[in-house]
Amino acid sequence: MLRTLNNYLIRHAQNCIGALGNMVRKPIASMLTIAVIGIALALPSALSIMVKNGRALAGGLEDIRDFSVYTKPGVSLGQAEDLRARLDEEAVVRSTQLISASEALQEFRNDTELGDLVRALTDNPLPHTIVVRPTADAELATLKALKNMLVQDPLVDLVKLDTDWVRRLSAILDLAWRTVWVAAILLVGAVIVIIGNTIRLDIENRRAEIEVSKLFGASDGFVRRPFLYTGFWYGLFGGVFAIVLLVVSLWLLSGPVERLIRLYGGGFKPFGIDGSTLLTVFTIGLIVGLSGAWSAVARHLAAIQPRV
Amino acid sequence: MIRFDKVTKRYDKGREALRNVSFDVDSGELIFLTGHSGAGKSTLLKLIALIERPTQGQVLVEGRNIGRLPQRRIPAHRQQIGMVFQDHKLLEDRSVFENIALPMIIAGYAQREIRGRVRAALDYVGLLDKEQHTPTMLSTGEQQRVGIARAIVARPKLLIADEPTGNLDPKLSLDIMNLFRRFNEVGVTMLIATHDLGLIEQLGGRRIVLENGEIKAD
Repeated sequence: MLRTLNNYLIRHAQNCIGALGNMVRKPIASMLTIAVIGIALALPSALSIMVKNGRALAGGLEDIRDFSVYTKPGVSLGQAEDLRARLDEEAVVRSTQLISASEALQEFRNDTELGDLVRALTDNPLPHTIVVRPTADAELATLKALKNMLVQDPLVDLVKLDTDWVRRLSAILDLAWRTVWVAAILLVGAVIVIIGNTIRLDIENRRAEIEVSKLFGASDGFVRRPFLYTGFWYGLFGGVFAIVLLVVSLWLLSGPVERLIRLYGGGFKPFGIDGSTLLTVFTIGLIVGLSGAWSAVARHLAAIQPRV
Repeated sequence: MIRFDKVTKRYDKGREALRNVSFDVDSGELIFLTGHSGAGKSTLLKLIALIERPTQGQVLVEGRNIGRLPQRRIPAHRQQIGMVFQDHKLLEDRSVFENIALPMIIAGYAQREIRGRVRAALDYVGLLDKEQHTPTMLSTGEQQRVGIARAIVARPKLLIADEPTGNLDPKLSLDIMNLFRRFNEVGVTMLIATHDLGLIEQLGGRRIVLENGEIKAD
């Protein structure tokens, strides 16, 4: 019994290594197949990393719900300061900052392009501005109520609470995420078809061997095994190649990405690939390899019966 | 060991290859199956190996009605049988050794046992020095001897051969038949289909003569 089991395991090991040997014997064809599988697996992974980063970035922006309160013309700095102090008392407000009209004008003057134009003005047309930062847990409804209250205030000209573009970006990213899923399913399907077809050709090439084996009493399992191992190897190498592609392309992108983040003042930390992504890519490679092989074997092996 | 009981085999096109054939084979017998080509010799052997199934009647091997054997039991049944073909059916991209080892690998023998027995089989057919050759490097007679070594290596109880000397000259044919006879002497049951009547005259033994799918003489 133990010996039978031992022989069985040895047979598996032989099939496993034999399938690898068959691939090595036609290196170009094997490598092309592996490259196609690798690219097809890497593509959705890369897209998903991009969309995940985009989402994290947008999520960070959603928290920023600062709004600006502009005073009516003629409101004095003292009145504006009173308004600021009043706003500071509100429960939903975390901090406030007053930018006086003259400070704002100064800022414009320093601007290289607008500077000359602003310097030509005799009066200061700018209002005082109070930048209000709500607390993190402030609800949108409460903020809207606060805004409505401020609009009624005789000192206030305009309140700008603009988070629409953040929500739009988030919706676009949701769509992108869905697209990544659809692409992933299509590409995985394509890989199954590619492996299935490669193994179908393999079966055709080894037709004589299959026929003779069946004549000498080979079971379906015996005949099937080398092809399933071939699928296993394609999936494994395809997965490894996909991982290499991902690591290399992220490394190529890392420079520009860091520069971009620095330009936006840092704070955001991009995701690269983590262990779980790699494991997922690898596992999907294996599953896809085996299922592609299985689909070919199920359809084509039964059709080969010995002819004498 | 083998019993054919009123066996009829009709192919899809309606041609009757065997009609109402009955005979018994005892364990250890050597039987020559003769008749003109198309008389049903090959069909009869195919029924034993379950490459075909009977249309009517029963084929019993060791008391079991193999016509009813489910598909998944066919491999185990074939592992009991050694088969030799007119066109050898050797794998040209494999060495002589690997060709002969195939039935033992299928039956799941250990590597060491396979090596020993393949060598013994090669010795038996006189090709011990050719084990690393590929079949294409051998003559037709040598190829057929490799085919015989492959058929006997797993020590089957039954050996069937379909025109094993079909492509050989008389001298080589006799050599091949003598190989079979020596193997029969150690107790293996044999059915050999051949139309080479002159050869059978020399060898003697039981003969079943088929004509148009029926047994003409036994």
